[in-house]
Amino acid sequence: MSAATTAEPAFVAKTKAGRVTDFVDSRVGGSGILREFGRKVFPDHWSFMFGEVALYSFVILLLSGTFLTFFFDPSMAETHYDGSYVPLKGVEMSVAYSSSLDISFDIRGGLFMRQVHHWAALLFVASIAVHMLRVFFTGAFRKPREMNWVVGSVLLILAMAAGFTGYSLPDDLLSGNGLRIIDGVIKSIPIVGTYISFFLFGGEFPGTAIISRLYMLHILLVPALILLMIVLHLFMVVVHKHTQYPGPGRNDNNVVGYPLGPVYAAKAGGFFFIVFGVLALMAGFFTINPIWNYGPYDPSPVSAGTQPDWYIGFVDGALRLMPGVINGFHFEYVIFGFTLTLNVLLPALVPAGILFTVMFMYPWIERWITKDDREHHVLDRPRNAPTRTAIGMAGFVWYCVMWAAAGSDLIATHFHVSLNDVTYWLRTLFFIGPIIAFIVTKRVALALQRKDREIALHGRETGRIVRLPHGEFIEVHAPLDEYKRYKLVGFESPKVLPAEPNEHGVVTGKEKRRAFLSKWFFEDRVAPATPAELEAAHGHGHAAVEASEDSKSLTH
Amino acid sequence: MGNHSDGSPNHSGTVATAGQNEVEKFQDPGIPPHRLRLADTDPKAAKRAERQVALLFGLSVVGTVIFLVAYFAIDLGEDAGIATIRLQNALLGVGTAFAMLGIGTGIVHWAKALMPDHEVSEERHAIRYEEDRVAAVRIVDDIVEETGIKRRPLIRNTLLGAVALAPLPAIAIFGDLGPRPDEKLAHTMWAPQDGNLKRLARDPDGTPIKASDVTLGSAFHVIPEGLNELHEGKLNEKAKAVVLLMRLDPSSLNPSAGREDWGYNGIVAYSKICTHVGCPVALYEQQTHHLLCPCHQSTFDLTQECKVIFGPASRPLPQLPIAVDDEGYLVATSDFKEPVGPSYWERDMHERSNNS
Repeated sequence: MSAATTAEPAFVAKTKAGRVTDFVDSRVGGSGILREFGRKVFPDHWSFMFGEVALYSFVILLLSGTFLTFFFDPSMAETHYDGSYVPLKGVEMSVAYSSSLDISFDIRGGLFMRQVHHWAALLFVASIAVHMLRVFFTGAFRKPREMNWVVGSVLLILAMAAGFTGYSLPDDLLSGNGLRIIDGVIKSIPIVGTYISFFLFGGEFPGTAIISRLYMLHILLVPALILLMIVLHLFMVVVHKHTQYPGPGRNDNNVVGYPLGPVYAAKAGGFFFIVFGVLALMAGFFTINPIWNYGPYDPSPVSAGTQPDWYIGFVDGALRLMPGVINGFHFEYVIFGFTLTLNVLLPALVPAGILFTVMFMYPWIERWITKDDREHHVLDRPRNAPTRTAIGMAGFVWYCVMWAAAGSDLIATHFHVSLNDVTYWLRTLFFIGPIIAFIVTKRVALALQRKDREIALHGRETGRIVRLPHGEFIEVHAPLDEYKRYKLVGFESPKVLPAEPNEHGVVTGKEKRRAFLSKWFFEDRVAPATPAELEAAHGHGHAAVEASEDSKSLTH
Repeated sequence: MGNHSDGSPNHSGTVATAGQNEVEKFQDPGIPPHRLRLADTDPKAAKRAERQVALLFGLSVVGTVIFLVAYFAIDLGEDAGIATIRLQNALLGVGTAFAMLGIGTGIVHWAKALMPDHEVSEERHAIRYEEDRVAAVRIVDDIVEETGIKRRPLIRNTLLGAVALAPLPAIAIFGDLGPRPDEKLAHTMWAPQDGNLKRLARDPDGTPIKASDVTLGSAFHVIPEGLNELHEGKLNEKAKAVVLLMRLDPSSLNPSAGREDWGYNGIVAYSKICTHVGCPVALYEQQTHHLLCPCHQSTFDLTQECKVIFGPASRPLPQLPIAVDDEGYLVATSDFKEPVGPSYWERDMHERSNNS
């Protein structure tokens, strides 16, 4: 390989692979690329694999989705089912639903592909979400990666869009009800809502156009945008090189890990097959979306316990939590002769709007508060950024409360509690849950930092109890080696940055607000242990004992 | 005393104060020394790992065979039941899983056990170089200068105007995605046709309902007579016209002024489309006379003209005025007096025009 990439005029490759490589190289100039990337170093950590899972799920989605398009017919024309699923024989339904049933029952491997596709879609959104949590909690979104964070956030929204447009395609009762809810939400938009609804559905709900329109979005527009964003995302990963966790030998000027070829490529490539294998197992054994149980869409029936796919759950939950009437105050009222229906509009748009706005802007918010304009390539351990971690957990808990609310009826029936009580509790948690999460997380993070200091200065507990000559019992603490200790002490703990005057010598109101937030951000901090402190901890009068214990120190 | 993990405040666990400066930091000891794996030192272990990788690849072949056998040997003929499909599906899953996991775990095991595991450190390069930046700025300045756009505001302004307006056709061309809403949402199939009042019919078979069929405490899912005979827009009409019919003790109903004759002998009919976002309000609690929407749990009280008593809906379910015709069948005396289903911007306007 390396012989083939040295392009000398008289060069003749010796092996067959070498000749092929040389043929390609002399025409497209691949040797430069190979030289750049062939041994590029990638840091290794299990938490870096979530993004990989997302990428691989997308590949599997493309493969299984392509198979499904060969058999799926997105027409809403009426037909009578004539397939091999007996309970629905002769039932009037749309061609879309009928062809979805055919894929499930009359095409060998069709059901398997449908289930692979659906599970992969759920995993795709889930892995993006977890990947984003990893990026957030480790501070990987900081300079220079803010724009890649934005691209990733766009990918999350696109993944949800892809999921929702696909969910509706089989035109079964459950997905039809989902569309019905979307239609209701769209109609609540002031001024243009009714028009958007009519334009989307090609007339009144449900009409005969929506499935084929969603189909085009699902198989062309949205995947194309996702692909474009993935290309941008990975391009920026290459430009920035990957972040790395803090540890000995790792700093902002280097990247420590395994070379792409062969180890990293083998691990990452092998991981694709593992993701595929796990999805195949799930598709083989766990039924997902058994559309044949639901029947064709009909506006009249509905089954209790209806659930959207998990990633839409938080919006559905918010819709459930919002009361329509509080103490006689109706959230729907008439202004200037027009109807404003805030009981739908607020929960559908506001929580999701807040979540996504804060998500998109967070890198800039933190950069403004901390005035930190340096490049960061070494990640923060979440405990070492207590306030950020607490903010993240507050948002996460808020999301989870809404998500849980989407299953309020199932919670009530499963635990035999009153549905109304579940809703009241979740309404309360909607407001206080994030606050509790913030306080608890921040305290836990600070406690973990203190624990780290303790271990760095006094070593780890060995569980060995020793009785000293004068009768005192002590536990032997084993000191850390310098590599392990560096992992616990090698972090930054920024201090509060007070308001500074600008170039005219004036402290602006904005700067005062920034200083206030900086105080809120950094006022509680645990400084990393210093060598002097370590010295002091050891010079505690145990020098003799430590020496005699041979590499094991005693402290108390 | 020996345990420090509880962080006594007098010790090292104190929170540092803002004024306290760290004078020095621990020095980075560098990448930890590389530790050899068993397979690096023991040729037997290396050989064993090699065989394990080969075995995993072999398992993948077995998986592929399982898939092919399951695909071709299991017949999904006419008489194949759902059990056959489930069996085939499970075997296809197992086959694919073995085929993929065999390759995947094999490669990963190969990489972890046999490929070099030395951690390498690589320098990060600056994302941009100052030299490039200066050159790029100069190029941009030169380009702008050569176009002369700054010196010729007429060109600039007309171009901006043209570019700003040019996308309008791209928006306008979507104008035929759907018809104008007009008043379509304000009316349903219940409006009397050619002076004939519409009978209430059972959903889904469409047989008309006699008042005498509706016993105390019973509930019917109702569609307008003639809905099933529609050739076009059947679902559109059904999405607005479905109704729930219930019979209560007349004394428990408390009709408001003007609605006294909207029911018949304790039989009342309400729209089944939730006023929240349009799910069918399909659950009727006979004892409490509550109607519950299974989608978002809006609860309506039948004894208070379907007023909202819980959940996200804000408006009562619209009532359909009904009576009995000469043959004893239930009929709608008029359309709903207000638009049914989820609220929309023009809703109140439509309600007013319906009642005028």
